[in-house]
Amino acid sequence: MNESSPILNISIFGVFVLITLFVVIRASRNTKTAADYLAAGRAFTGPQNGIAIAGDYLSAASFLGIAGAIALNGYDGFLYSIGFLVAWLVALLLVAELLRNTGKYTMGDVLSFRMRQRPVRAAAATSTMAVSFFYLLAQMAGAGGLVALLLGITGTGGQALVIAVVGALMIAYVLIGGMKGTTWVQIIKAVLLIAGAAIMTFWVLGKYGFNLSSLLGAAVDAAPKAGEKLLGPGLQYGKTGTSKLDFLSLALALVLGTAGLPHILMRFYTVPTAKEARRSVVWAIWLIGIFYLFTLVLGYGAGALVGPDAINAAPGKANSAAPLLALELGGPILLGLIAAVAFATILAVVAGLTITASASFAHDIYANIIKKGQEEDKDSEVKVARITAIVIGLVSIGGGIIANGQNIAFLVALAFAVAASANLPTILYSLFWKRFNTAGALWSIYGGLIVTITLIILSPAVSGSPTSMFKNADFALFPLSNPGIVSIPVAFLLGYLGTILSKDKADAVKQAEMEVRSLTGAGAEKATVH
Amino acid sequence: MSSVDHTPSGSAPDAQKWVDVQASDDFAELKRRLTKFVFPVSGLFLAWYLLYVLLADYAHDFMSTKVVGNINVGLIFGLLQFVSTFVITTLYVRHANKNLDPLAEKLRGEIEGDGK
Repeated sequence: MNESSPILNISIFGVFVLITLFVVIRASRNTKTAADYLAAGRAFTGPQNGIAIAGDYLSAASFLGIAGAIALNGYDGFLYSIGFLVAWLVALLLVAELLRNTGKYTMGDVLSFRMRQRPVRAAAATSTMAVSFFYLLAQMAGAGGLVALLLGITGTGGQALVIAVVGALMIAYVLIGGMKGTTWVQIIKAVLLIAGAAIMTFWVLGKYGFNLSSLLGAAVDAAPKAGEKLLGPGLQYGKTGTSKLDFLSLALALVLGTAGLPHILMRFYTVPTAKEARRSVVWAIWLIGIFYLFTLVLGYGAGALVGPDAINAAPGKANSAAPLLALELGGPILLGLIAAVAFATILAVVAGLTITASASFAHDIYANIIKKGQEEDKDSEVKVARITAIVIGLVSIGGGIIANGQNIAFLVALAFAVAASANLPTILYSLFWKRFNTAGALWSIYGGLIVTITLIILSPAVSGSPTSMFKNADFALFPLSNPGIVSIPVAFLLGYLGTILSKDKADAVKQAEMEVRSLTGAGAEKATVH
Repeated sequence: MSSVDHTPSGSAPDAQKWVDVQASDDFAELKRRLTKFVFPVSGLFLAWYLLYVLLADYAHDFMSTKVVGNINVGLIFGLLQFVSTFVITTLYVRHANKNLDPLAEKLRGEIEGDGK
């Protein structure tokens, strides 16, 4: 058995950091205006942005988490990736192009377009921050377990130090490179991640004569406890009626959450036109889809070649399946490469989230609410975005150290549930329902946010069970860990009720402007020329 | 330029123009072409996804039925979700390039061209 070499792992990661820092510094030379800093001058091509979207979306949770879930729970892990992929059709058909045509930097631009600016922007910024925070926490929490596995650092103090270093690097990327630098980091990371997964996939398949059926058979043989059940659904979610309902709820949040994730939506502003936004989604769908097909092979491959007992015994448990498979296949060097990619993944996704949250604060709250639009596009907007990025970076380092060891998949599912409940209904109503008004927007954003978070606090994921965040308390009044099945319909209903019950009249002229602009692209923000 | 007025400077169309364009036949046609594709297709893929999730959730035996070797119904259904996603993506791009973009470009030219 080969041994993992922490020094080799750190060296390969160090090379990645040096290369990306060089790219980020180069990219920053043309960053002058707010459009440069917050939207990369809208100068990326569709394919470039599509690769960057894949980089943003294929987080540590989807790479390590899904491969691990398939290795241990078989088919039920595969179900996650299907929800994550199909969700992109919502973004492609209903959101991406229309959003690109109407907005400037943030989700708040679109939601507040034909509404009263200040309350709706405040609501959109609140929800953006909430989703980004949960997502950030998930990534930073994952970093701890990864460090233990890859660098052999098992003490909490040592792990905290590594989380702090990762956070500091991320702050540097965001401060220096802005959206352009961050996008390049995403592109480099996505290419490495997909290439690494492709090599491992063909390697695994090669061992079984490129016969998927033999691979599945070997995975079953290696897992005497699960046996044949590994190949069908139900191992993880099929135990009771409640767990089945919980899965249905999760599936809804996954498919409707993606098109409401602010850091994904913001990526559509980095391309010059709606047509390029469409091309980005198409590239993203193909890359993400192919990647998830790889994880199917990698998951069962890890089950077959490493075995569930060895995975469960490793630090980081399920999350260590893919790195252990790399070690089994290619020895310490392949493990070092995959480890560096996994670190890069966390770094890049965290940078993307930070710039999204800081853009929302600078653009929605500072420039448009505090300064009432007077400071929009001024240097001060960029300055505020940079300061916010530092604050968010520090908060996420602290949160990551506290949340170290929490379940990554749960935290990500939480972010999706909030996005699907608070953001998506409001986006769809704004784009497609003429009568939708300010009251409706506030009801659906705040209502969705409050209902989702309340249900999560009252769920068994937080209290009352051995796997809860607080094991010794029990205030789990809501039986499901995933709130989507209740919170998503409630948010849609609240948006409807808020609209018809208020005396507000929708602004017909602004509605005409928004509809015409969203469909034709007239008056849309152009790319900056350098 | 305040935040209330989003139109970029230069050939900024006035409020009345947006209302006029919205009421025009060309725009109604563009909107019809978009919605008659995206709404039914969205309903379709969401229903297809939901069917898959419900089968995976409540029909374990059916999904575990082996078809060829160790490949079972569930795996085939799952892979078909990938296929349908790729197919819908391709069909939408074809529809948008052929039926939506030319009309949108024409309208955009009319709106932005005026006043120059």
